[in-house]
Amino acid sequence: MSKTEKKPLEKVCIICAKGSLEDVYATLVMANGAVMEGIETNVFFTFFGLDGITKERMNHLHTATTGNPAMRMPGGIPFPTMLGGLPGVETAVSSMMRKQMEELDMPPVDEFLEMITAGGGTIYACKLAVDMFKLEKKDLSDEVTDIITIGQFYELCDGDRTQIIFT
Amino acid sequence: MSVKTIAGKQVNVSDDGYLEDMNQWNEDIAKEIAKEIGIELTPKHFEVLNYLRDKHAAGEALTIRKVGKSGIVDIKELYVLFPKGPLKFSSQIAGIPKPTSCV
Repeated sequence: MSKTEKKPLEKVCIICAKGSLEDVYATLVMANGAVMEGIETNVFFTFFGLDGITKERMNHLHTATTGNPAMRMPGGIPFPTMLGGLPGVETAVSSMMRKQMEELDMPPVDEFLEMITAGGGTIYACKLAVDMFKLEKKDLSDEVTDIITIGQFYELCDGDRTQIIFT
Repeated sequence: MSVKTIAGKQVNVSDDGYLEDMNQWNEDIAKEIAKEIGIELTPKHFEVLNYLRDKHAAGEALTIRKVGKSGIVDIKELYVLFPKGPLKFSSQIAGIPKPTSCV
């Protein structure tokens, strides 16, 4: 019988490039989960993902109610795309989603970021995207360690038990 | 599941090393499990452990967020007490099952 040596993951580098509620939360859950497992964790927010660390927006993220075939009404009936386009619907659906997540003890984005850094995880913003959206460090969550280039991010991804995850 | 002797007492443990029955737990068992993980228990640790045991006995699902709001420790302090496994190691030492929560 051959015995294979276990090689546990030592570091994850997670990239979040999209700014919808579910994209940002996927990143946050994975990052926090890694920190809780004792895995070194770096998170890199870029492009629309920056909404997830922008003070003004991070706690008001939306989920798309149009062009989202998985969207359902309560009870499981498919969500009509026409309905999703009406003013206010996306806001209402998104706040309902946030409420349901809160019931599962999933914190708002600002608090989630604090949980990640409390455990030693680090949060970075992409320099190119920050420049493109004309943002400054002060616009970003205080949990953001630095604004860095993709090259600097790759430097953080060294080690042979490291995985890069693009959510 | 297997039977293991911890701190001179026979206890049932899961494959992951979690006690199967929280009533078989005592402070000496906690100290020994903690030592294996590499943690020296202090009174503050026991405050957290007792909180976890109470909540688990009450049937509540545990998250580090809940512990952080318990008034005993904040999340940062929880990580200091149980490095690299704030919920995983604390649950194991507290003699309750492996946490099933993702937050």
